[in-house]
Amino acid sequence: MKRSTIDIWVGAFVAAGFGGMLFLALKVGNLASFSTDQTYEVLAKFANIGGLKVRAPIKSAGVVVGRVSDIRFDNESYEAIVTFNVDARYQFPRDTSAKILTSGLLGEQYVGLEAGGDGVMLKGGDRLRLTQSAVVLENLISQFLFNKAAEGKDEKDAKK
Amino acid sequence: MSRPPIVEIEDLSFGYEPGRPVLHGIRLRIEPGTVVGVMGQSGCGKTTLLRIIAGWLKAQSGRARVLGETLGALDEARIFALRRRMGMLFQFGALFTDMSAYDNVAFQMHEHTDLPPEMIRDLALLKLEAVGLRGAAHLMPAELSGGMARRVALARAIALDPRLMLYDEPFTGLDPISFGVIARLIRRLNDSLGQTSIIVSHDVEECFGIVDYVYMMSAGRIVAEGTPESLRRSEHPFVHQFVHGEPDGPIPFHYPAPGYAADLEAGAAGG
Amino acid sequence: MAERALLAGLRDGLERLGGAATSRIWRLGFASRFFAHMLLHSGTAFRRFHLTVREIYFAGVLSLIIILVSGLFVGMVLGLQGYHTLQRYGSSEALGILVALSLVRELGPVVAGLLFASRAGSAITAEIGLMKATEQIAAMEMMAVDPIARVVAPRFWGGVISMPLLAALFSAMGIFGGYLVGVKLIGVDEGAFWSQMQAAVDVREDIVNGIIKSVVFGIAVAWIAVFEGYDAQPTAEGVSSATTRTVVTSSLAILALDFVLTAFMFTGGNGG
Repeated sequence: MKRSTIDIWVGAFVAAGFGGMLFLALKVGNLASFSTDQTYEVLAKFANIGGLKVRAPIKSAGVVVGRVSDIRFDNESYEAIVTFNVDARYQFPRDTSAKILTSGLLGEQYVGLEAGGDGVMLKGGDRLRLTQSAVVLENLISQFLFNKAAEGKDEKDAKK
Repeated sequence: MSRPPIVEIEDLSFGYEPGRPVLHGIRLRIEPGTVVGVMGQSGCGKTTLLRIIAGWLKAQSGRARVLGETLGALDEARIFALRRRMGMLFQFGALFTDMSAYDNVAFQMHEHTDLPPEMIRDLALLKLEAVGLRGAAHLMPAELSGGMARRVALARAIALDPRLMLYDEPFTGLDPISFGVIARLIRRLNDSLGQTSIIVSHDVEECFGIVDYVYMMSAGRIVAEGTPESLRRSEHPFVHQFVHGEPDGPIPFHYPAPGYAADLEAGAAGG
Repeated sequence: MAERALLAGLRDGLERLGGAATSRIWRLGFASRFFAHMLLHSGTAFRRFHLTVREIYFAGVLSLIIILVSGLFVGMVLGLQGYHTLQRYGSSEALGILVALSLVRELGPVVAGLLFASRAGSAITAEIGLMKATEQIAAMEMMAVDPIARVVAPRFWGGVISMPLLAALFSAMGIFGGYLVGVKLIGVDEGAFWSQMQAAVDVREDIVNGIIKSVVFGIAVAWIAVFEGYDAQPTAEGVSSATTRTVVTSSLAILALDFVLTAFMFTGGNGG
């Protein structure tokens, strides 16, 4: 085969291959959103993070505004310290609260931000004061059983 | 005034495995400008000897000097440098099947020299012309007959004008015409290019017609040496059997086996 | 009398087992030295890039048809099977996610790797083995040209470069096949198909990891193919058994490496 013919075919092949990768990255994956935007760091402490993972989304009003970048354990307060990168386009008041929520009933966990009313906005490195931990199923069940037992006892006492 | 021998081997022994030597105490000298034949039966070690001269195998004992270099002391780079001054024709040509005849001949020039393309073209065509195949330059090896393929391989081997040419059974499987062509080419190229050639073969008639000196080998040893005429007249039993193609002699017709009658009886008894 | 025969047989068997193991290990060592030599002498493959380009043509371009057709069919089957399973849990809209993740993370690199090993890998082994059997390799050495630099390295790099491209094309074709079956044929909602897929497939986690896998597989297959060819016995049976060995060893290597890489990439703690 002549060299030029081979070169043409190989060039087309490599171009198609890269085209395939680009297709995967853009149409299939989520490269288009959220890769090189400016972000600022915010911290929050949680008593229990449940199944939250690094790179979980931070959502406010259901829209993704950031990602969890780090999860650590504070050996002094015995709480989890979560660091998130929030998109620099969005400003949140200092008294914003963070809750760990689950998407759907059994889906992955994410952090929901509810904006507060403070006039002063969060800056990079600030810590959110108000947090609500993840709902842990076992605690929920034992709570339920305890309540039920207490109800039953009250009824019995009332009957006496 | 004698120039130093191109190849000088003293008391060389070699074996592929320890304890099973293939070559014993080989001693030979090859004078520059001569065509020398190394002949013997299949398996007598002549191809092994050729490979040692080409630097592929290292002898276990003895001395070998080729083109002024002592073989045992060479590292890979020096062996490669030495090979640039040698050419080898393989038994069936060993042309590169994915290239045309022309590309095969021009191969070494492309790899080892920085000559401009026009010059390489001229040189390659010159070599092909020397073997009579300039018209077949564009053909692929698959389209060449056995004899033609071997001639192209010869042109390829002499591409960089080597001082020493090695021929590994160059006449195998050729028709009588091609036989004669190759034999004449070997002699003519050797003389016109000022080369020295070693031919490993078991073809008595063709070889004797072109060589100046012959070494005869049997079972890893050199059993006789001399000019073709002296060997033709030799009374040495092995030489006589080999040169005259006798079916029985020092090399027996029958492969060693127990007595024939005993073998037949054992067969009948065993059933 | 019988015990002695048994003991002899046992000893024989152990000896052979040990011999097989040591020869395998010896061969692996030889293959590693060969690999190192090839890497060190890869300069020619890149300085005279047309040699490598030629090999990309023979390994990559000529494998395109089988890769694209297989990718299409695998994607279509994923779409079909995936739909029937998901629909039982009322999650048929997650079909896009199922097809995309299966292909990008696993099936793309692995199946493309297996197909590459059988088509291109065996061809490379046969070619090099045949060159060795017809003394072309010896002739090259005799002309002071290093055959590993000139013949082996370009084929190796041609394979390594082709593999990730082929795997990406396989995945892309597969997703298209899943789309054809799921959306066009069965009627899953087109918007849900793509949007859920895009939300769930992460470029760094899934796509890049898939590409890394295919590069690793490419290196493994190309290395095995060139080594088996170079080490083949110079006879017809030798070349044939080397070709078989290439396909078998490459396939096993791909599956084993896939497990190791998957364990490393897709699982693990909070960072998963």
